[in-house]
Amino acid sequence: MKKLMLLGDEAVAQGVLDAGLSGAYGYPVTPSTEIVEYVQKDREAIERNVHRTWSANEKTAMEEALGMSYAGKRVIVTMKHVGLNVAADAYVNSALTGANGGVIVAVADDPSMHSSQNEQDSRFYAKFALMPAMEPSNQQEAYEMPFKAYELSEKYHLPVLMRITTRLSHSRAGVVRHEIIPENEMHQPENKDQFMLLPALARRNYQRLLAVQEDLIKESENSPFNIYKEGTDKSLGIIACGLGYNYIMENCGEKCPYPILKISQYPLPRKQIEKIMNECEKILVVEEGMPLVEEMLNGFLGNSKICGRLDGTLPRAGELNPQNVRKALNLPEMPTQKMPATVVGRPPALCNGCPHADTFKAVNEAMKEYGRGHVFSDIGCYTLGYLSPYNAIDTCVDMGASISMAVGAADAGYFPALAAIGDSTFGHSGMTALLDAVKCNANVVILILDNDITAMTGMQESQVNGKIEDVCFGMGVPKEHIRVITPLSKMWEENVKIIKEEIAYNGVSVIIPRRPCIHVFNKRKGEQK
Amino acid sequence: MKKDIILAGVGGQGILSIAAIIGYAAMEAGLNLKQAEVHGMSQRGGDVQSHLRISDKEIFSDLIPQGGADLIISVEPMEALRYVPYLNADGWMITNTTTFINIPNYPAIDALMQDVNAVAHKVAVNADEIAKEVGSPRSMNMVILGAASSYLDIPYNMLEDGIKFQFGRKGEAIVQANLKAMQAGRDAAKAI
Repeated sequence: MKKLMLLGDEAVAQGVLDAGLSGAYGYPVTPSTEIVEYVQKDREAIERNVHRTWSANEKTAMEEALGMSYAGKRVIVTMKHVGLNVAADAYVNSALTGANGGVIVAVADDPSMHSSQNEQDSRFYAKFALMPAMEPSNQQEAYEMPFKAYELSEKYHLPVLMRITTRLSHSRAGVVRHEIIPENEMHQPENKDQFMLLPALARRNYQRLLAVQEDLIKESENSPFNIYKEGTDKSLGIIACGLGYNYIMENCGEKCPYPILKISQYPLPRKQIEKIMNECEKILVVEEGMPLVEEMLNGFLGNSKICGRLDGTLPRAGELNPQNVRKALNLPEMPTQKMPATVVGRPPALCNGCPHADTFKAVNEAMKEYGRGHVFSDIGCYTLGYLSPYNAIDTCVDMGASISMAVGAADAGYFPALAAIGDSTFGHSGMTALLDAVKCNANVVILILDNDITAMTGMQESQVNGKIEDVCFGMGVPKEHIRVITPLSKMWEENVKIIKEEIAYNGVSVIIPRRPCIHVFNKRKGEQK
Repeated sequence: MKKDIILAGVGGQGILSIAAIIGYAAMEAGLNLKQAEVHGMSQRGGDVQSHLRISDKEIFSDLIPQGGADLIISVEPMEALRYVPYLNADGWMITNTTTFINIPNYPAIDALMQDVNAVAHKVAVNADEIAKEVGSPRSMNMVILGAASSYLDIPYNMLEDGIKFQFGRKGEAIVQANLKAMQAGRDAAKAI
């Protein structure tokens, strides 16, 4: 069969589609965006009418996925690592409700924080929730795992977390497809109160969850994704999780003298861990992300046999790569040439013609007399407004935090307190904060930067598109303090004046700088030609 | 056979099209392939790179090790130099000489070109100029692909097929313009 050239994300998408998917849920975020996007563009998915529209945020996506599972269908919900924090309430409880139709929670972690605020490791969430997890090391596994994950999910009535990381999400390779499995028929859960977590029933479900843990370990021990490769030199054993396995093989090749345990399914396979621990003098743990396995093997008091990220054999933070794994294996460094000193960094920046640039120029002028430190902001292209030449915003914490932090600061008497949030982020997590602002009549100015699209992740439709004024008015913002401005240089004076007026107003103001993202604008212009 | 290629440029300059065409050709030639891309925040005017690995054996790492690349193919000269640590001792650097200046501290052009010339094996062509000359200013990236084509160990007609596949849905005129740009880049590199 002809190979398809797929990104890791796309391989997951093709895998779930071929394994009987009925719905894909998620919010567009790097590095998981391409999973749902692939389903949205796939001809077979469209013909089958697989659900494939974006959700407002990861929590609603997770709950919608649970609903589809309740109805007996196979489903995937996608997010990035920090998105799992947003979905955590639903996610952790889903280990207690369990699944009816198979559920895959696909989470793309971003070690080295290429496009993220932290590098948390989602495998901890799987362990915490007592849920099985899978971690592919290549695109073919990313394709094949959904078949196994749905089987496991329906056998144990449990969601399965599938963890991928940036490098696999955004790397292409040839993938061979399997035979397609038809979608499940609609059916209610056999146990009618399975999804009812009243305390008495939750306690029963928790016992059930605890009781299957040993079975899940056995599944891992027998999993085709966990592989024990025998070795002749027992002075070292290597435990390589997910992508870590690739960097070992890159450096040692098939001739690796040491035993290798490749781990791609959790909970950890006890039998194989015992074997490698018993037969090898030292153990190198190679994991992409945080030292989860290493900490477990170390125990609280430590174990001098174990090396990895905790003892400095590998860096404590950041991604693995061929170089740092090579060093951990004590192999000689490859000769390299130095980068010429003339080369300077080229950080990302707002595009030429970006509407946010004009918004920030007006905000800076209106805020001149107050100095820096008054604009709470959020997550999106506009976060780049922190950088020169704008130097316009002061905070970026998590989706929606701009409004809530401005409210908290205003509660403390801090003046002026501005929030700058994008339209899509407002739909994701800004609306509930606005409700708080209105309720306590906080003295804040909220700028909802409406560029008509979710721009940073590659132009996905925003949930609140066309509804922002109505939402703000419906939540109780006075009509005369919902101001729409056009961020263009020729409107600069007018825009500065409006921002100043709203700063002067003691209460909740919303200013909506509205102009399409320059890429959307250019694309539409191109289509009109 | 093994070719490890770093593709470099600035977000929006079209390195992923180069990667897709080489990738298509490599697949048609029955070779294994891995290609790591950069998505997300860095694409907004920042430096972007793609690791393209082609081999007749199994490829494990999605990333090329430093000191392991056989080729750097860059659409911008400073971006080419950024990845010199990836180049192996016999490796070649194929680069555009037209700068893309979107930062205030971009180095002096003379100093930059001196560094380009100091690289042992290189092909430096003014791809923007060549693309304009052949009447297809937007095909600068295909000029660079053409300049690199003799170093890829992939038959040239397969790269042509790659262009037809990549741009086919945009119409015959676009396909022809890109084919012409690639040929012009190939000729320019051979003339050096």
